[in-house]
Amino acid sequence: MKVMEGAEAIADAVRAAGPKVVSAYPITPQTHIVEALSQAVADGRLDAEFITVESEHSAASVVLGAAATGVRTFTATSSQGLLYMAEVVLNIAGMRLPVVMTVANRALSSPLSIWNDHQDSMTLRDSGWIQLFAQTAQEAHDLHLVAYRIAEDPRVLLPVMVCVDGFVLTHAFEPVEPVSDEAVSRYLPPLSLPFVLDPARPATFGAYADPTVYTEARFAIEAAQRRSAQVLSQALGEFAALTGREYSPDFDRYRLDDADVVMVAMGTAAQTAQVAVDEMRDEGVAAGLVAIRRFRPFPAAELVAALGNASRIVVFDRSVSLGSGGIVAGELRSALYGRLLPQIVGVVAGLGGRDVSVETLTQAFRAERDGWIDLRPDLEEIAP
Amino acid sequence: MSASEHLIQPGHRACAGCGLLVGARLAADTSDGKIAVVNATGCLEVTTTAYPQSAWRVPWIHSVFGNAAAVATGVRAGLRVQGKDVPVVAQAGDGGTADIGLQALSGMLERRDDVLFVCYDNEGYMNTGVQRSGLTPFDAATTTTPVGEWSFGNPLPKKDLVSIVLAHSPAYVATATIAYHKDLERKMQRALATKGPRYLHILVPCPLGWKFEPRSTIGVSRLAVMSNLFPLAEWRDGVLGRVKGPAVPVSVDEYLKAQGRFSHLFRDERGVDARATIQNMADETARRFGIRAYGDVVGVESPAGHAGAASSNG
Repeated sequence: MKVMEGAEAIADAVRAAGPKVVSAYPITPQTHIVEALSQAVADGRLDAEFITVESEHSAASVVLGAAATGVRTFTATSSQGLLYMAEVVLNIAGMRLPVVMTVANRALSSPLSIWNDHQDSMTLRDSGWIQLFAQTAQEAHDLHLVAYRIAEDPRVLLPVMVCVDGFVLTHAFEPVEPVSDEAVSRYLPPLSLPFVLDPARPATFGAYADPTVYTEARFAIEAAQRRSAQVLSQALGEFAALTGREYSPDFDRYRLDDADVVMVAMGTAAQTAQVAVDEMRDEGVAAGLVAIRRFRPFPAAELVAALGNASRIVVFDRSVSLGSGGIVAGELRSALYGRLLPQIVGVVAGLGGRDVSVETLTQAFRAERDGWIDLRPDLEEIAP
Repeated sequence: MSASEHLIQPGHRACAGCGLLVGARLAADTSDGKIAVVNATGCLEVTTTAYPQSAWRVPWIHSVFGNAAAVATGVRAGLRVQGKDVPVVAQAGDGGTADIGLQALSGMLERRDDVLFVCYDNEGYMNTGVQRSGLTPFDAATTTTPVGEWSFGNPLPKKDLVSIVLAHSPAYVATATIAYHKDLERKMQRALATKGPRYLHILVPCPLGWKFEPRSTIGVSRLAVMSNLFPLAEWRDGVLGRVKGPAVPVSVDEYLKAQGRFSHLFRDERGVDARATIQNMADETARRFGIRAYGDVVGVESPAGHAGAASSNG
């Protein structure tokens, strides 16, 4: 057990996974991750090409090209950087390349903010990437190893985004038990892709598709997304056997069995939400928590099963589909439609690094209708 | 070489008379197939890789419009770490090179990546219906720089992309066009044999966008050189080497009147001035490269003994 910065814990897992090509462009709060990796390359602890590029667009493009030759790759980004690489992000998924990328979640401009919320990765939720959200530095470390495992599984062959809260996780120091290099080498077999760029066996990647085949190609991604849930479950089972650390493949369940009021949250706020649940219980409210780990593919059936007895669900969102409301709330309503009839309240809070305290979350529990719960009253008063 | 041996196979969907496909096939065949190709979005991609078919007999990848150079960096790195010493060729049209792809190209050149970047310059966005690009020549009519009562085609001169590339000090730079195919093949061979960042700029006339009959592609390509609007040059480590230009230059009018995109230059008085401006551009280019200009008196050598270079033109 070591006390490690979140970014360091992530970089250590990536180093142990042994990517052959790493490329990234600096953006806060991702930087510590690739700084640690470039140091690992400089020190000879990671045998990889570390390629500095002129933009995130190129960072994504470099790992795309390298992955197409059949080697393990890594990149990391945040916020505007993720949006800047967006078209390549979709392309990587479309070409079924098993790239693993950390998204150190950060708010989007404008106004400019370097601080945490989930708007960046949520904006790319439809990109075809598997999306996993970590709650702690330990989990962030572990999920990166699992990410390579599922991305490279022949039943999946999709890229994976490991989403970690910027600063709150990337820059916080926590006790972490790193997986040993020897255990990682047992867990992650060498990468072997069915098709690669090689003159010995020429193949065409990234072709143009007319309307007779485009739908089929997109459906193949959808099918792989669905299959990945089972593969993730297996991968986490083997990870538990290796390390003793167990993770649910969809979401964590906290005091859920007899819960009447259930909060749904993602990322580091889920840890805070546990305390809020305890406080609500002390007040006599039968509160519980669902902490989503796998946002893509969305665990709709599992949520329906887990939320069957709740009369009220409070969805805590750190991102908004502007003009529509919290994104997770919308996803959940869609999943539950026609099956269960709990009241669903969506609350948006913690945007742009606004502190998510226990009080924020108990306030969310008490919210009666959808809304943005932590607008400052004094600012509301002066608004026209 | 029989049709079945070409590394770009017949049956692709390019227009009749497409200069781009001629250039790309010459370039690919010169490599003997021992390359990996990275392609930007554009005519070459959509006409040769309509899934589930592919005209390519070499490993080939396309990602998006602006990132061919960066993908090539990744492909090169991925192959190198596996011990595969395969030359990587990135290729794009003028939009994917000089406009949306310029940043990635600059990054690739700056890192001194071992990649050959080939620009197939047809002087516009032909795949999307003939819009202006940064490499569209002065006064050319395109669908976004149309000719009208208040406009006279593209108001901006063609971006000097070769100079921008040269400012990055690449290992090898050359210009070529399909009318001089032996010259093109030799430059492709030299580019492939060189290590480090390399750049080959190939002028590829487009019958659709330039508005000429498909049978005229090679002829138009030749006139670009003969009028000194497109000198054939090469640089090693930034030093200008051989330049091929016309022994007897033709007036730019010969080149302009062969193409419908310049037809407005021959309609009224306004065209006279415009053609004089373009002739000045060609003469200035000739002086820069030490080629005989149109106004020079034939038989009297240009300064600094450039006749040798001028007469070596195939």
